[in-house]
Amino acid sequence: MSRIPATFERLAHAGRKALIPFFSVGDPSLALCVPTMQAMVSGGADILELGVPFSDPMADGPTIQRSSERALKNGVSLLDVLNAVARFRQTDDQTPVVLMGYANPIERMGRERFADQCASAGVDGVLVVDYPPDEARELGKLLRPHGIDSIFLLSPTSTDARIKEIAALASGYIYYVSLRGVTGASNMDPQEVARQIARIKTAATVPVGVGFGIRDGATARLLAGVADAIVVGSRIVEEIEASTADESPARVGALINIFRQAMDA
Amino acid sequence: MKIYDMPDPEGHFGPYGGIFVSETLIAAIDELKAQYLHYRDDPQFQTEFAYELKHYVGRPSPIYHARRLSDSLGGAQIYLKREDLNHTGAHKINNTVGQAMLAQRMGKKRIIAETGAGQHGVASATVAARYGMECVVYMGSEDVRRQAQNVYRMKLLGARVVPVESGSRTLKDALNEAMRDWVTNVQNTFYIIGTVAGPHPYPMMVRDFNSVVGRECLTQMPEMAGRQPDVVLACVGGGSNAMGIFYPYIPHESVRLMGVEAGGEGVASGHHAASLVAGSPGVLHGNRTYLLQDSNGQIIETHSISAGLDYPGVGPEHAWLKDSHRAEYVAINDDEALHAFHTLCRMEGIIPALESSHALAQAMKMAPAMGKEQILLVNLSGRGDKDMATVAERSGIAL
Repeated sequence: MSRIPATFERLAHAGRKALIPFFSVGDPSLALCVPTMQAMVSGGADILELGVPFSDPMADGPTIQRSSERALKNGVSLLDVLNAVARFRQTDDQTPVVLMGYANPIERMGRERFADQCASAGVDGVLVVDYPPDEARELGKLLRPHGIDSIFLLSPTSTDARIKEIAALASGYIYYVSLRGVTGASNMDPQEVARQIARIKTAATVPVGVGFGIRDGATARLLAGVADAIVVGSRIVEEIEASTADESPARVGALINIFRQAMDA
Repeated sequence: MKIYDMPDPEGHFGPYGGIFVSETLIAAIDELKAQYLHYRDDPQFQTEFAYELKHYVGRPSPIYHARRLSDSLGGAQIYLKREDLNHTGAHKINNTVGQAMLAQRMGKKRIIAETGAGQHGVASATVAARYGMECVVYMGSEDVRRQAQNVYRMKLLGARVVPVESGSRTLKDALNEAMRDWVTNVQNTFYIIGTVAGPHPYPMMVRDFNSVVGRECLTQMPEMAGRQPDVVLACVGGGSNAMGIFYPYIPHESVRLMGVEAGGEGVASGHHAASLVAGSPGVLHGNRTYLLQDSNGQIIETHSISAGLDYPGVGPEHAWLKDSHRAEYVAINDDEALHAFHTLCRMEGIIPALESSHALAQAMKMAPAMGKEQILLVNLSGRGDKDMATVAERSGIAL
């Protein structure tokens, strides 16, 4: 089993919700990946989502696309991402790590080799943004024997049938996309999110996290009332963008602490 | 041959095609698929589509026997399917009329499109004006600069052109941006994809709307030449004009189908856009197909003198036709295409698009070694007026 279920259990006992920050590996640099991950954990992150850079991140908004482009400029590959996770694992064997990215780099590496590498690096979950359920099922068959979870997205437009199909495949947690749009957009309606999460929970057995468009502690706190986890992505990438490389991990850690305190208050 | 009935209900052409998009787009794609399947079999829709193609587009387009060109080569007879004579000057309008009619029936008041050279953008802006819809065209900022005249044409037609500054600032980035718009505005917006790529049902739908080209050829060739051609040639970027002319010929096994990709500065140079000739399978823009990618699975930048062929992927049905050996794919480089361009101008008084010049160049390469009674049918997919600046620049002339 991955580190994800134990993490949610521990949080449930403590009466807290999971905080899941996202950033692209290689932004601002590959060398700062592990320090950034460590700063996130120190700041209060429970699970880390690592973006695997891709040249054509169709589901992401301009902020995360720019961070993907910076990472690619730094020459970061999927193998580099996996190696970074392995390095992180030498210092932290507790915090779950989820890879989030697009199909093509995985297909290029080969699904089997990817699954094996995830296992040896210490990855806990994989979310392939542009895999349909059938393809994800095939990848899941290779990940499951290693105890690696298959994370899925659901959206406001997902039908009940679709929710059922995905709930049956998902492990670890389900990531509910809280708005109609790309990452970093800003038209989220908290009441609508609460209704949708309740709808998903009728079919899902795993925890449901919410993300896309959570930009401040107040919103995170509000949504932590209805979801099991809060995912913060674009806001963190903006912080990295606004920092010099040297101060970036510390500033990201401080930002995460603001979200943490708001959620726990 | 067993009946060709690709794609399967999930949009697969063998291992290619499919629906590789984020969950946020699934509902929109399901809606589009259901509506298209409904109207595809609706006689009233088809009657109106045929009417529009005849009276608005100007179909059927003629086939022209390029006698002087054929004689000068001393071999096979070259025939040209004159898609350049369509309204807006290329085959692209066939598809945009079809999709705009569908958008109208789905109650979408706003259409969006991506464009590279601007031909599909112009065709989309044209039908938006024709059907009274708002139109936004995404275009890489690099292409906006290179194709200033087409940008102005789109604006004249009432469209808003949005320059895309991300990635390589070309067609693939415009496509990414259009997808993002669609995810965000899916309730009132119809996305008109301009080629036989993207998630299912686009590759099938765009093929269907363009296959009027091949169906006309099936009746025109016997009337003109007494028989079907030995080879049908078409240029392939995303591959919509090629699918349009190939598709009705697929069951006619004696007819060779040949797709011509952009060889740029030569396939060996690495500066090209020949995904089928030199690429490998992967996933991009919603489907599995042949791609130009690096060893880490990142999409690489392409090069072609022709902006319309400058795309790192290709429609999934072409990937299938390649693997199943029903069609062959070759590459023609920039210089060969330019030579064909100038030759057709001088010998037949027809200025072809640089895209179409690739298919023509391949025909000119093959003709001399073939018999005089043999026939090569080239899809002259567009006219070359849009390419004046590019050609002049290559010849060292400032307009």
